[in-house]
Amino acid sequence: MNVLETTGLGKRYGRTWALQECTLAIPAGRLAALVGPNGAGKSALLQLSAGLAVPTAGTATVLGGRPAGSRAALDGVAFVAQDAPVYLSLSAADLLHLTRNLNRRFDQRYAQARLGELGIPPGQKAGKLPGGQRAQLALTLALARRPQLLILDEPLARLDPPARQDFMAAVLTAMAEDGVSVLLSSHVLAELERVADYLVVLSAGRLQVAGEVDGLLARHRVLTGPAAEAGRYARQLPVVQARRAAAQAHLLVAAGGPAEPAPPGWEAHPVGLEELVLAYLRAPGAAGRPGPSLVRDGEAAAASR
Amino acid sequence: MAWVTWRQHRLTLIGVPGLLGALAVYLLIAGLRSHRAYAALIACRPAGSPGCGNLGAGFSSTYWTQADIVLIFLNLAPALIGAFAGAPVLARELETGTYRYAWTQGVGRERWTIAKLALLAATVTAAAGALSQLFAWFFQPFLGQENLTVLAASVFGTRGIAFAAWTLAAFAIGALAGLLIRRIVPAMAVTLGAYAGLALATRVFLRERYLPAVVTSNPDFSSRPGTGGSPWVLRTWFTGPGGRVTSQPAIDRLLRAYQPGGRSAQAPAANDLARVLAQHGYTQHASYIPVSRFWPMQLIEGGWLLALSVLLIAVTVWLVRRAA
Repeated sequence: MNVLETTGLGKRYGRTWALQECTLAIPAGRLAALVGPNGAGKSALLQLSAGLAVPTAGTATVLGGRPAGSRAALDGVAFVAQDAPVYLSLSAADLLHLTRNLNRRFDQRYAQARLGELGIPPGQKAGKLPGGQRAQLALTLALARRPQLLILDEPLARLDPPARQDFMAAVLTAMAEDGVSVLLSSHVLAELERVADYLVVLSAGRLQVAGEVDGLLARHRVLTGPAAEAGRYARQLPVVQARRAAAQAHLLVAAGGPAEPAPPGWEAHPVGLEELVLAYLRAPGAAGRPGPSLVRDGEAAAASR
Repeated sequence: MAWVTWRQHRLTLIGVPGLLGALAVYLLIAGLRSHRAYAALIACRPAGSPGCGNLGAGFSSTYWTQADIVLIFLNLAPALIGAFAGAPVLARELETGTYRYAWTQGVGRERWTIAKLALLAATVTAAAGALSQLFAWFFQPFLGQENLTVLAASVFGTRGIAFAAWTLAAFAIGALAGLLIRRIVPAMAVTLGAYAGLALATRVFLRERYLPAVVTSNPDFSSRPGTGGSPWVLRTWFTGPGGRVTSQPAIDRLLRAYQPGGRSAQAPAANDLARVLAQHGYTQHASYIPVSRFWPMQLIEGGWLLALSVLLIAVTVWLVRRAA
C-alpha cells in the first residue's frame, strides 16, 4: 500500500503556484523526509496530503486510495502543522478530552502515560508549556489517535537539540511499535540523514527527487579525476553536479551502481544523503534532464498494482 | 461535539443566557413595581382631571427613564450578540491557526462547523426569545403612557418572535463574517456594521411594505388605553374642495389665514385644525398600519430573518468545505 499517492498535484495561491506537477508514490512503513529550501512547497504538499488544502490541479490520495481530506482519510491520518498548534487556553487534560471527542479512535491510556513520561501536568494550560513540551503534546495528541500515517510539518524547527532528539525518539518508537508511517518535512537534513527511509526533494514548487534512500545512494556516486577530462565525461554521463578544484574535478553522477567500474584514471566514491540533496538543490535543472535523473522507486510499485 | 462546543465556547454559552438572565431578574422586579403603579394610574377617577394627570406625569418621571434605557439596550443586543458570540467562532480558529488542528481531526470540518454553529445559535436564540417575552410584559404600561405603539420602530423588534429572529440573524452574520475576514476584531466590526445596515433598511423601508397600508379619510387616531397603542401612521395628506391633493406648505398658509385672531401664544390642537380645514372643504387622508397587523408582520419579519439566517449558515458551511 502507498500511504501517499499524488498525480500531477498542484496548488496555487493567488497567482503563485506553490506546488506544480507533483507525482509521487510513497510506500507504507517508511519515514519519508520531505526536504527543500524555504518556499519550495513542502507545507503545501503536506497540507494537501492532510486534507487541509484543496488541490488546484491533480489529485492526492492517502492510505491506499482514500481521497485526501475525506472522512476515511481524516480517520487514518494525523497531522501536526508548523508550530504544533493547539488551543493554548486549554489544559493538557482538556486537549486529550477534546481530541478524544473529535476522533473515532483515541488511546486515552497511551496519551496519559505519555504525558506522564514527558512531565506535563494534566492541568497545565498548553500556552504555559515551553515550546518543546508543547510540540510533544501535539505529537501525543496525534499519536494517540492511532493513525496509519503521521504527517509533520517542520516539527523540529523551533526545538532545541535535546528537544529534537526526544521528539524524533518518540516518532521512531511509534513507528517501531505501532507501524505508523511518517512523512515529515525539514530544511535541516543533517538530523534526518540517519533515520529517513524515503526521500522527497522539492525545489521552487517542483519535485526534484523522490525515492528510497538506499536506492538513491546506491545509484549516485562521485567520480574524481583530472579536470581536463571532466568535460568529455560530463557530456556522456548524467552529471548532477560538477565541481572543479585546481587540477581535479568531482562529478556527482546519477548513473552506475557500485559494481560498475569508474572510467580509467578516475575514482568513484559513495555519496552521503546531505551531499546528494544539496547537489540537486543547487542544480535545479537536474531533475529535468533526460535519462534516469528523476528517480522514483514507488512508480514501479504503483504501476504494477 | 457537544462537549467540544461547550468547552471551547463556555463564555458564550454561559455569558449570553447569564447576562440576559440578569436583565430578566431586573425586568421582573422593576416590572412588578411599574405594573402596580400603572394599575393605580388607570384606576384613577375622574379620568382627565389634573390629579390624574399629575399621577400620569409622576409615573413617567419615575419609571420611563429606566424603561427607555432597557428598550435601547434591547435594540442593540442582537448586534452585540452577533458580534461577540458569532464572529469569533470561526475567526478565532483562523486567526490563531488552530484550524490546522481542528480541521484535520476525524470528525471532519463540515460536521465540526455545523455542530458548533447549531448549538450556539440555538442557545442564543432561545435565551433571546425568552427575554423578549418577559420584556413585552415589562413594557406594557409604557405603550399607552408614552404614546408608543407596538408597531413603533424601536418596539416592534423587541417583542413577538422578532427579537429572537434578529438575534439569530446577527449570529449568522457574525459567523459568516468571521469565516470571510479571518480576524476576530475586524469580523466583529463588520458584523455590527452589517447588522446596523440591515436593521436600518428594515425599519426605514421594508417593514411598512410587508402588507398594503390602509388608506382612510378623516382619521381619528386618538389612543385608547389597553389596545396596544395607536396605529402606525405612514403618511398624511390633505385634499382640497376639488379633490386635488394640497401640499403641506399650502395647508400651513391656509391655517394661518383661517386662524381667528391671528397668532396666539398656544398652538391650537390638531383636532381643532382639522375641524377648521374641514369647515372650508379640505379633507385629511392618512395611510396607516393598524395594530391588528402586528402578528402578521411579526411572522413575515421572523420568516425572512429565519430564511436569511439559514442561508448565511449554509453558505458558511459550504465555504468551510472549500476553504484553504
